[in-house]
Amino acid sequence: MSARDEVLARVRRALGDAERTPESPPPSRVRADHRSRADVLDLFAERVADYRATVVRCAEDEVAGAVASALSGAGSVVVPSGFPAAFLAGGDADLRRVDDTDLTATELDRVDAVVSTAAVGIAETGTIVLDHGPGQGRRALSLVPDLHVCVVRSAQVVADVPAAVAALDPARPQTWVSGPSATSDIELDRVEGVHGPRTLHVILVGA
Amino acid sequence: MSATFVGMPAFPEAARAALGNTQLRQNLSHATGTIRSKRAAVVAEVDDWEELRLAGAEIKDRTLRHLDEHLLQLESALQARGVTVHWARDAAEACAVVAGIARGHGVDEVVKVKSMATQEINLNEALAAEGIAAWETDLAELIVQLGDDLPSHILVPAIHRNRSEVREIFRTRMASAGRPAPEGLTDEPRDLAAAARLHLREKFLRARVAISGANFAVAETGTLVVVESEGNGRMCLTLPEVLVSVVGIEKLVPTWQDLDVFLQLLPRSSTGERMNPYTSTWSGVTPGDGPQELHVVLLDNGRTNVLADEVGRQALRCIRCSACLNVCPVYERTGGHAYGSVYPGPIGAILNPLLKGVGVDEQTDSLPYASTLCGACFEVCPVRIDIPEVLVHLRGKVVDAHRSGRPTGPDLAMRAAAWVLGDARRTAIAEVAAGLSGRVVAAVGRRALPGGRTAIGRLPWPASLWTDARDLPSPPRESFRAWWRRTDGGRRDDAGQGR
Repeated sequence: MSARDEVLARVRRALGDAERTPESPPPSRVRADHRSRADVLDLFAERVADYRATVVRCAEDEVAGAVASALSGAGSVVVPSGFPAAFLAGGDADLRRVDDTDLTATELDRVDAVVSTAAVGIAETGTIVLDHGPGQGRRALSLVPDLHVCVVRSAQVVADVPAAVAALDPARPQTWVSGPSATSDIELDRVEGVHGPRTLHVILVGA
Repeated sequence: MSATFVGMPAFPEAARAALGNTQLRQNLSHATGTIRSKRAAVVAEVDDWEELRLAGAEIKDRTLRHLDEHLLQLESALQARGVTVHWARDAAEACAVVAGIARGHGVDEVVKVKSMATQEINLNEALAAEGIAAWETDLAELIVQLGDDLPSHILVPAIHRNRSEVREIFRTRMASAGRPAPEGLTDEPRDLAAAARLHLREKFLRARVAISGANFAVAETGTLVVVESEGNGRMCLTLPEVLVSVVGIEKLVPTWQDLDVFLQLLPRSSTGERMNPYTSTWSGVTPGDGPQELHVVLLDNGRTNVLADEVGRQALRCIRCSACLNVCPVYERTGGHAYGSVYPGPIGAILNPLLKGVGVDEQTDSLPYASTLCGACFEVCPVRIDIPEVLVHLRGKVVDAHRSGRPTGPDLAMRAAAWVLGDARRTAIAEVAAGLSGRVVAAVGRRALPGGRTAIGRLPWPASLWTDARDLPSPPRESFRAWWRRTDGGRRDDAGQGR
């Protein structure tokens, strides 16, 4: 008997005569949201900042300036394909822009920063979710460089986790990011900055 | 790693040794105190926390009731997305699968995401035997691995170490595993984390094969989920060419939407955060992004034994958050090593006997007794595992497993008690005798219990087995039945007798 058949047989034996009636689907848990849009966006900005990430709120035409100031101090930035060119219009002349042309991990490790857009923002938990579509880059891009500048549109921000799960496509790989990389492994005290980007800037566009 | 849980003494003996370690008790009380208050604060923020707990328990229960169907569904969803699915009856089979994949790629090292399943099956030791180094990349796992130590907590395996001990381990051991610790390393957690970043980066960049577990596996979509903090998980899940995920068969949830409940319950219960820094989800191979060769090993290793136990089955709901460890008065004092397993604390006290079976070894049989049954673990459990209920159930099974033809001391005492209590006249005589002894103890007893009642001190053997670790209140001078008769159930207040 193969391992597969034996494990399945053990499961069936263990369940014995347990009822096999088809189960009705569980009720939806998406909560009715009574908060106004403005409150949801305020909460998002506050909760992202709680993780010691930097949050900047601005209008569409101020994004390029906000991105440029978040990147000040970085020597190079990797730009995912599909990232809006207008967002990089205000850049420092010395900043080296690297396009993602199948960079190896070692090559990425020599780049200081990454810019990306996002798929969803979650207000209650201060989370940005990347589904690595256009403008967000493959997963390694937003991981290896030490500074991550992420542009989130206010229309992408949902109130809570159930709303985010409902809005996301499981077929796409996802990375949920809540603040810079951190650890609580020494005396259960949280400190920021381990393997992921140690600095996270979130630029929230539009009120 | 040469450290092993094999051959650990039973809990009472191991606990006695641990209690003598003052540094350990200080480290644990500081760490568990910190995490308890963080958890309480973020749980209090959620208005419908109790409904979430109920939903979490319900989703896991309904998954378990149809586990075979969900496993088959997961298998075909994974295969449809280019993942090779392996099945493993036990630890040896799972280790052989992983080692075979690593060997097939000709590597002599792999990087690892923190995973309880791979700890449980002793994967690192199995790989070492094949000449393959398995590098732990979680900070606490790194501390344990470099220190040639054993894990003592599910979430924070190095919880028994304080910052200066960690600094010492890094300073003396990092060089033997790769990049040495920086000169002038301080014991600031921020500095220690930076040292780990530098040490592991070269390993992440060159690794070709990574090993992970999974916090959840979605049957409908073939999605695996890894919840972490540091980014070491993302490094392992993203940079290497090959990824092998060892997944216990209880990790399944039926649908993608079910994740919303657990992604709310888990971070608040484990690290006491609204959300952990990083959660990665992937559904098979994504061309041009991440590992292009994916394997999943579906692991039984005793889980079907747990499933077969109708009371114990609820332990398979566990999402490995560690909240029960952090609130347990026993764990806080003894630490995790005393439990002799990678699963310590209240959940370990039920999970180990359920996975391995009772009546097999003394160490495992001692675990259901490693509790005061105070119930704090059930109160905090995000999936409502009634740990005290399962503990009592397992104590019964341990007693049954040890029954032989010969009655033991407790058996004789219980039989004598049954004979006395089985007859009203004999009970009355015993009550009078107890009342007399109560008066004697009240007159000569030196020890008073809270509330003022006197206590009997140490009794001679074999009763000392009881009194050495417990207070034995002196018997009341008058039994309840005698008091009832005398006062007509409290209607006649006769101060002549009694107190």
